[in-house]
Amino acid sequence: MQWTNASEFFAMGGYGVYVWGAYGVTFITLCLEVVVLRASTRRATKKVVLTQTGGSR
Amino acid sequence: MAFHLFTYAAPQRFYPLAGRLVPWFWALAVAFTVAGLYVGFFVAPTDFQQGQSYRIIFIHVPAAWMSMFLYLIMAAWAALGWIYGTRLSSLMARSIAPTGAMFAFIALWTGALWGKPTWGTWWVWDARLTSELILLFLYLGYIMLVAAIEDPVRADKAGALLAVVGAVNVPVIYFSVRWWNTLHQGASVSMNGDSKMASTMLLAMLLMAIASWCYAIATILTRVRAQIVVREGHTQWVRELMGNKEL
Repeated sequence: MQWTNASEFFAMGGYGVYVWGAYGVTFITLCLEVVVLRASTRRATKKVVLTQTGGSR
Repeated sequence: MAFHLFTYAAPQRFYPLAGRLVPWFWALAVAFTVAGLYVGFFVAPTDFQQGQSYRIIFIHVPAAWMSMFLYLIMAAWAALGWIYGTRLSSLMARSIAPTGAMFAFIALWTGALWGKPTWGTWWVWDARLTSELILLFLYLGYIMLVAAIEDPVRADKAGALLAVVGAVNVPVIYFSVRWWNTLHQGASVSMNGDSKMASTMLLAMLLMAIASWCYAIATILTRVRAQIVVREGHTQWVRELMGNKEL
């Protein structure tokens, strides 16, 4: 283990901006994908329920 | 009990199967991510030349691998749907595209953040970077193309053409570092020889690669379930299923 304390870990030997910029955007992008997926699943479900109750054929 | 190979080609049978698989793949994705990041940040040593900046590799390489693999799989499903007219095949292709695009974006973004401290530049029009960018455009083009065409079957076919033609880009990305004298480094990991990488670094990278696969499968199966609901919304089984759900 090369990190003697938390601030060393976050500094990443001076490359903190790059490392955490990379990991941070990745994490945000993954969360976004999950959120968008949930929303589109909900929308798909709603659409079927509405056409069903609307009595369309 | 007879088991037919194509039992799960029916959307009605695949839907509940996918639903059962999704939570398992989420659990695996989380477990492998935790393991991979632990090894990557607390076990793997500092790089002699790059210091700590190399740790971006644990996302960058798995994301790039995923973007390429998923594109080939997407093209394969699209082709099957086109040739055999199987709806679920085309829905699989549609479901893969957004996840593949996301991985391509992540590969490019993390690559840029790694390139700045190591190469001195955020971007360069080298063979691999350019062809990966084209891959992102192909994904986005596929998504927009199938969304733009009204009739779903025609949309599937048009998308399949784009997907299959674009598949030629994937070997270009892979062999680019061999074919051209280009900035991006060559292969450090090989299937048949020794890897030129410390074993703990390689382990972390492989754990993250497995995590990426599990994440991709979980999201893609979730998305294909939504696609099935939309495409098969007129059928009795979907209506009954949705009738039991709350809005």
